[in-house]
Amino acid sequence: MEAIQSLLAGFEIFLTPHNLLMAVAGILLGAVVGVLPGLGVANGVAILIPLTFGMSPNSAIILLAAIYWGGLFGGVITSILFNIPGEPWSVATTFDGYPMAKKGQAGKALTAAFCSHFVGAVFATVMLTFFAPIVAEFSLLFGPPEMFAVMMLTFSAMVGLVGKSPAKTAASILLGLIMAAVGLDIVTGGLRFTFGTTELMGGFSFLVVVIGLFGIGEIFLTVEEGLKMDGVASGMSVRTVLETLREMPRYWRTLIRGAVIGCWMGIKPGGATPASFMSYGFAKQFSKHPEAFGTGTVEGVVAPEVAAHAAGVSAMLPMITLGIPGSPTAAVMLGGLMIWGLQPGPMLFKEHADFVWGLIASIWASNALGVLIVLALVPLFVAILRIPFSILMPSIVFLCAIGAYAVNNRIVDIWYVIVFGVVGYVFKKLDYPLAPLVLALVLGDLAETAMRQSLIMSQGSLAIFFASPIAAAVNGLAILFFLWPGVKAVRARLRPQPATPKATLQDVPAADR
Amino acid sequence: MRTAEILCATLILAVGMLVCYESAQYGVGWGDGGPEAGSYPLLLGIGLVASAAAIFSQTLRWWRRGQAPPPFLKPGAWKKVASVAVPAGVMIFLTQFIGIYLAAGLYFAVYMRWIGKHRWVTIAALSVFIPLAGYVVFWRWFLIPLPEGSVWAQLGL
Repeated sequence: MEAIQSLLAGFEIFLTPHNLLMAVAGILLGAVVGVLPGLGVANGVAILIPLTFGMSPNSAIILLAAIYWGGLFGGVITSILFNIPGEPWSVATTFDGYPMAKKGQAGKALTAAFCSHFVGAVFATVMLTFFAPIVAEFSLLFGPPEMFAVMMLTFSAMVGLVGKSPAKTAASILLGLIMAAVGLDIVTGGLRFTFGTTELMGGFSFLVVVIGLFGIGEIFLTVEEGLKMDGVASGMSVRTVLETLREMPRYWRTLIRGAVIGCWMGIKPGGATPASFMSYGFAKQFSKHPEAFGTGTVEGVVAPEVAAHAAGVSAMLPMITLGIPGSPTAAVMLGGLMIWGLQPGPMLFKEHADFVWGLIASIWASNALGVLIVLALVPLFVAILRIPFSILMPSIVFLCAIGAYAVNNRIVDIWYVIVFGVVGYVFKKLDYPLAPLVLALVLGDLAETAMRQSLIMSQGSLAIFFASPIAAAVNGLAILFFLWPGVKAVRARLRPQPATPKATLQDVPAADR
Repeated sequence: MRTAEILCATLILAVGMLVCYESAQYGVGWGDGGPEAGSYPLLLGIGLVASAAAIFSQTLRWWRRGQAPPPFLKPGAWKKVASVAVPAGVMIFLTQFIGIYLAAGLYFAVYMRWIGKHRWVTIAALSVFIPLAGYVVFWRWFLIPLPEGSVWAQLGL
């Protein structure tokens, strides 16, 4: 029960007035970010990272993590009341949440969604608390070949399992890795891909890229869609909340199934969005009343939300144990870790136990606080959505510009943001996934170092990637994933099947997944 | 959509080839300290060229099947996007000279009047308030400097 002792020590770190304030502020900010359709959580965290430069790493990660949880909660409100997903993982929630709201059951839908979030969070946090130390201990055995293998597995899972077009996912990953290689070569100290300019010497800051791709790109899309905010009254009251709470245990099957799916999808880099769709699909398949799905059933709200939050929390596990983020937001936080002077990876648990356990304790507490805060403040968040778009939009652009400038105090970074905004817009329209690009950009240097160190160890022999049992197994799995789209294509050609309509990831642009 | 798809793939192909070419300059063999600086990016470049080729063939296959993809832009959509992109670009351009506070104030005023058609009182209040809030939060509270522009120093302020 070492984990419990460490957790208690973590709570000691978390339970200071300053850190509690950080958590509450983070949840509020995150909920606002989550509610607003033009402002994503990854982008919100990226804009706020410069504010944390002066803080202790403990407080900084508590703030950023709380924004993440707040964002997970906030997306629900927009989906249910406005039929517009505030965040991509809330798309599946609109299927049943909005019909419920139109039937006058908005309060019930919101309460059920928030409770599901809480259940997902608890489930994933328990897993994180007891599983993370084991994974961390195990990963201490990892040398460069094993680390390289784990990164290959990450990328191969995105190519083979997640995206719609494997070639586009691969292009996205490779672009990210190439951008990471720009600037100083970490091994030889030479410059690469600077084309004689000083601007490119420092490479691309992932924060600037995230703000551009997810922030400005999202705004272009929102403008083109011509957002209309026609909300339904939320109708929250203490009575509805209590009644819904009493009803929740009935959905235990859906809750547990969703939480397990979420944990699994969060650990392997899939992210919250596919988890929410998968959970919705399963809930419909196993339900006694599958025909009720889509017309406003509570189960249809519970299923995607529990999985989304579980995935969001469990994405932290590979981040703190291996230094490999499971979602774009976790990738931004990982970048923050490096900025605060912490080395992510297996040693983090050993060298900065207080940081890790403070974070885990804050995940427990922030999620509990989060449910109460969002339940109480739904009307406030709805009011934010009533702000006219012509005021909201320039404010978001202003924030993005400040966020980009603050990273390195360079105006050229603001131009990069616009350029990456255009890239993000085009990529999203053409179904190139954006999350792999960001993950690759953050992991690029680590991947290259791991590969070159391995080759130095083996004096150039590729056999080192299959020398140890761990590396061989992980690399083998990675190769299988890379080949998976090909296998699928061949199977489909051999055995032509009628297309079965599934409830369905295909409805979402690939970039959102 | 098809044209956009092919244009984008062409760009990616070009980036891939540029990366391959540049990598070759840094050395792609085995040096004194292990693999030379260009070997890893060369692999990435080759991968990128291959992915671009795959995207081409995919697009061509759609083409031959005769499926009409939806247009890349809905009619008139480019105007809406430009209405956001152009003022934002102008704001950044001005920021270099007159600083972000003034540039953002102007940007808010123009955008709210032009797109939002708000009352002048609202416009004036918000154009002052939002940049001021940015100043207080970022510079006063968190000591993060924002671009103040180059003109003021030249004017001797």
